[in-house]
Amino acid sequence: MNKKLLSAPFLFWSGLFIIVPLLMVFYYGLTDKTGAFTFENIAAISSPEHLKALWEAVKLSVLSTIICLILAYPLAMILCKSGSNKTSFMVLIFILPMWMNFLLRTFAWLTLLEKTGVINTLLKLVGLPTLNIINTPGAIVLGMVYNFLPFMVLPIYNVLIKIDKNVINAARDLGANPFQTFMKITLPLSVPGIISGITMVFVPALTTFIISTILGGSKILLIGNVIEQEFTQTGNWHLGSGLSIVLMMFIIFNMVISAVTDKDGEAQAL
Amino acid sequence: MKKMRKLIGALLCGIVATALFTGCGSKGGENGVVYVYNWGEYIDPETIEMFEKETGIKVEYEEYETNEIMYPKVAAGTSNYDLLCPSDYMITKLMENDMLAELNYDNIPNAKANIGAQYFEQAAAFDPGNKYCVPYCWGTVGILYNKTMVDGPITSWDVLWDEKYKDNILMQDSVRDAFMVALKRNGYSMNSLNTAELEQAKNDLIAQKPLVQAYVVDQVRDKMIAGEAAIGVIYSGEAIYTQRENADLEYIVPEEGSNVWIDGWVIPKNAENKENAEKFINFMCRPDIALMNFDYITYSTPNDAARALIEDEEIRNSEIAFPDLSKYNNMEVFIYLGEDGDELYNNLWKEVKSN
Repeated sequence: MNKKLLSAPFLFWSGLFIIVPLLMVFYYGLTDKTGAFTFENIAAISSPEHLKALWEAVKLSVLSTIICLILAYPLAMILCKSGSNKTSFMVLIFILPMWMNFLLRTFAWLTLLEKTGVINTLLKLVGLPTLNIINTPGAIVLGMVYNFLPFMVLPIYNVLIKIDKNVINAARDLGANPFQTFMKITLPLSVPGIISGITMVFVPALTTFIISTILGGSKILLIGNVIEQEFTQTGNWHLGSGLSIVLMMFIIFNMVISAVTDKDGEAQAL
Repeated sequence: MKKMRKLIGALLCGIVATALFTGCGSKGGENGVVYVYNWGEYIDPETIEMFEKETGIKVEYEEYETNEIMYPKVAAGTSNYDLLCPSDYMITKLMENDMLAELNYDNIPNAKANIGAQYFEQAAAFDPGNKYCVPYCWGTVGILYNKTMVDGPITSWDVLWDEKYKDNILMQDSVRDAFMVALKRNGYSMNSLNTAELEQAKNDLIAQKPLVQAYVVDQVRDKMIAGEAAIGVIYSGEAIYTQRENADLEYIVPEEGSNVWIDGWVIPKNAENKENAEKFINFMCRPDIALMNFDYITYSTPNDAARALIEDEEIRNSEIAFPDLSKYNNMEVFIYLGEDGDELYNNLWKEVKSN
């Protein structure tokens, strides 16, 4: 009874700021301007412009998730192996940029990558050819990887640090070489962390609109941009909500996969 | 059932709490308060402080980035603004939806005294009888180019389709401005609802896309100053500012014609502090205040008395800040196209952007 009372603030919070807005999204998504029930807003995803925007978003977010994973896994292992003092310092270095506003960090990349930006000015100074990736899909992927990498490193690190060293020692005692130990012991035990990391990178990358606006010069339309424009520019909340529901289905699909593979709930530890 | 009751109880507590919090919002200065909702960076902040000091009215000031962002916030009616500063076509939309209050010019003597009659005439195109709107800023849309990066003077919108300037072109990231360029280039009206004309404009914009470096709104200014691009579509008010910062930049209004726009003060129908809002408009129309704002934001002022006070003769007679519109062909004002028209444009724009 008491426990239930303690959870009241949480219930109130999630009711007001999660459930109610979600219901409103569904209400708008499933009605038209006159308030009549319709599936049209959801079916609108099949129009060529929307499909293309969705495909671009899936392509770029999958690519960034893979790059994040490749970068994050070795890094998490290094963090685990180094001494405790060094670890906390390195984790701090990793977390530090996240104290700054997300928008500012993305604008910083714009200043770095521009034609007359910091990187190209330096390259020109030493006589090297300039780098022209601003306003391309490459710049968007770079922005996604930079912004979301910590969300991949931390869950993997959390899982790796909890692996019992005796298990690894036992494998080595029984004659497994380092590669075999990694493939048969470390990797399988770290799957929950990997899955959690993938979710935490893939979901924000799939829905982002600000990275593609700033670093992509608004030339590449992602599904997040389409939804944003339906709300701010066009004022068609019904279509925006309908497309959001489609996007939510993608995310729920992703979550179901991680829930199935992460039965122990280890990755929730973060 | 018990759970349900508890949940409802919790919800009610929350609603009471929020009501209490909003209840103790600012009560304003000694003579009340005025809620102003204006474009970003569209006023000299010092003038607001001066207004507060002189009148004892507290100003609650908020900003928006585009007309389209402003409209739903006002239409929802959740925030009671007393004063807005939208553009011509958006004022029509507000009027058509019966959302504006008629101005009482007795409270705004400075308006008729200082603002040029020709600007009121221009505003009458979208506000017949000047019942709702006092012009605040006006200007044209044109091409800003870097003299060191292009060959010879530019005169036509065609340059935005020139392969030579691939990756050196900045376009406006807003539907009406982008289509204005494409429609005007082909000699059509920028308020066209003709499907064939719009289809052609759409195809032109798609063909132009590989040449465009980026679609931006406010960033045109900084990118042109930094020499990031050679050519950009920009509002005349920004052009004067960019020239101050980078002398290589030149602004022209293309010969095919362009957009001439007016932003004006309007009072929403549900405004609670209408008289304070009128005092604010009156203050903004004072020549010294209008001059301060012109110096700060560099957008052309319709305030003739303020213009006469500009010390720098070059600016006072600047062809960019105060163009003689009779010299230009085919200048047009944006007209509100109705919901169907908006939807048509938005869908075409989406096709351009997703291509």
